[in-house]
Amino acid sequence: MRPKLEVLDQSLIERILDEAFQLINNPGVRIAPYVVELLRAAGADVRDGIAHIPAKLARSALQTVPRKFWLYDRRANPVVHYGGDRVHFDPGSSCLNILDPETQQARPAMASDLIRLVQVTERLPQFAAQSTAMVCNDVPPELGDWYRLLLVLWYSEKPVVTGAFSASSLHILLELLAIESGGRKALRNKPRAVFDVCPSPPLNWSEFASQNLVDLARAGVPAEIVSMPLAGATAPVTLAGSVVQHAAECISGITIHQLANPGAPIVWGGAPAIFDMRSGKTPMGAIETAMLDVACAQVGQYLGLPTHAYMVVGDGRVIDAQVEMESGISAVLGALAGINLISGAGMLDFLACHSIEKLVIDAEAIASAQRLIEGIEPRTESLALAAFAQAGLHGDFLKLKETRVLFRKEQHFPSAVIDRGFESDPAQVNGILNRARERVDELVMEYQRPEMLADREQAILQFAVAEAARAGLRTLPGISLLASADR
Amino acid sequence: MPEDTFSAMRQSIIDGAPDTAFSLAQQALAAGIATLDAINRGYVPGMHEVGEQFARRQLFLPDMVASAEAMRAAMAVLDPELKKLGTEGPMSGVVVLGTTKGDIHEIGKMLVGTMLSANGFKVHDLGVDVSAETFAAKAQEVNADIVGVSALLTTTMRNQRGVVEALTGAGLRPHVKIMVGGAPVTRQWAEEIGADGYAKDAMSAVALSRSLMEQRAARVMGPA
Repeated sequence: MRPKLEVLDQSLIERILDEAFQLINNPGVRIAPYVVELLRAAGADVRDGIAHIPAKLARSALQTVPRKFWLYDRRANPVVHYGGDRVHFDPGSSCLNILDPETQQARPAMASDLIRLVQVTERLPQFAAQSTAMVCNDVPPELGDWYRLLLVLWYSEKPVVTGAFSASSLHILLELLAIESGGRKALRNKPRAVFDVCPSPPLNWSEFASQNLVDLARAGVPAEIVSMPLAGATAPVTLAGSVVQHAAECISGITIHQLANPGAPIVWGGAPAIFDMRSGKTPMGAIETAMLDVACAQVGQYLGLPTHAYMVVGDGRVIDAQVEMESGISAVLGALAGINLISGAGMLDFLACHSIEKLVIDAEAIASAQRLIEGIEPRTESLALAAFAQAGLHGDFLKLKETRVLFRKEQHFPSAVIDRGFESDPAQVNGILNRARERVDELVMEYQRPEMLADREQAILQFAVAEAARAGLRTLPGISLLASADR
Repeated sequence: MPEDTFSAMRQSIIDGAPDTAFSLAQQALAAGIATLDAINRGYVPGMHEVGEQFARRQLFLPDMVASAEAMRAAMAVLDPELKKLGTEGPMSGVVVLGTTKGDIHEIGKMLVGTMLSANGFKVHDLGVDVSAETFAAKAQEVNADIVGVSALLTTTMRNQRGVVEALTGAGLRPHVKIMVGGAPVTRQWAEEIGADGYAKDAMSAVALSRSLMEQRAARVMGPA
């Protein structure tokens, strides 16, 4: 039996959806000029930048959303399965700062930091996908979004969770992906990436977000709605009320998206949080935030849609017991909820900072969560009788063949990040931070850059060099042009 | 008798009760209590108490917002009286606030505006998605002491630099202090773009604004 967490019963889900359908009609949803005609032509009443979307229109849009789809790796293997209750994890995204590996102080992230994070993520099986995790501060801001993707594509073959920072730059990101995939059609058929698109709470699809939804739908590249109600600040204070707003933002976004191209892949996702009424911060590690994540995903699952959430995040400023307690609890709850893609690992300080050391610790929490949802299986004909028949009351179970055959299936073996008592002298035991540092170094040492087809590599380079030059950048930080030319 | 009234005024702010604050202000005027006394001995001590309780984490943001609303309700009665008397209220300074171009996040800026207003600053809130030129034009129009620029996104934070440049370009920098804030903003960023200060939240924005006003006054006075 697979353990499962639910926080809403069916009648509450139906009330949530009923109110969400009412909200998108009245007061309606703020939208951008880019999508006014699209909505009007489909029967929505649009006045003063606000679309009043009839429930019937939204319900028919929900019908055309694919119930499942895959993200593929560079070798065209299906890796991330959106739909149902399959669970995958990827690191948090778009962070400006990193905890310096040596000083453990936050500082602006550079291209070399992102590369190191990508290398570590590439080696960790807990992460099915990469994310464009950091904004590189050694790159001009105007090319900040696509440059992250360039580095991830250059150093990884896993699927990628990404996103554009503007309406216009989306096309640069799509072009990079198309070159890497062997063309727009190949990208559409076997998408390597999913794009996060964020409505602004409450119920506002800005110009940039509206346009991204439409352009992604038309490109046939998966979109992932990241709705972010902040309970008590930009959303109703009750958790149930915020889940309604999340549903209304997702449903209205899906309506716009499906009108642009019915059947295009899109994900019911989000990064909801409570609003701390003392600090004004949005604690991502709070239990109520995790409850919101689980509840929002449950509504999406009820509709049969692929789901996403932002979890495995702690709010402390350094790697400490608080950060890891919050991240670990969140990882377990997300997995139990059967959320298809859970972004966030590695992040701390209210999403303001990334840490590669935290990423490898989180990977252990994720591995535990993944083991948990495998559940307890009856792997032998008798559960214990046959074992006792052999071992008797001496209890020499260690000698049994079934022990040797089955222990790997029954037990997860964490890396040396987790102290399992190998060092007998407690004085010699390394702290978790040092164990994490050693693990990061080990993974980076093991890493080898995956092969890329030479013609595609050259095409990506040419494209990137030309785009970078438009922003006045003469080199590509983190990419050795000479080395690649020699290959 | 006035002491009881001042105490009730103070309490109306602590309770976050706009209707009570409003009617107490009307009663005070009818009873001939001096307008400035009502403000300085009644309502302002209430706001100070709220600030202190918030700092001690005994009050929460919704309480604080309600107190600021109560303060606004009282001042709606008292401000016209001050004007009639030709008296200036105990204004702390003039602040132009807004969220940068491309950014439509309101909540942090709204809290800052609320707290500044409650603490005696005259606040002109330009809203969200505000261009650098609009910040500069408004600062000039209202003779601002401080311009506060909010940004929630890493992508829009860089537009704070444009506001600093626009104010410099308009020749306003000698007179106008600039403070920046928002989730991704840091003290180092504020220094890098040439802003005068960084506030991490609404309460520290009030403290920063007071400190900037003192710096400004010292500059206007010049060295002794």
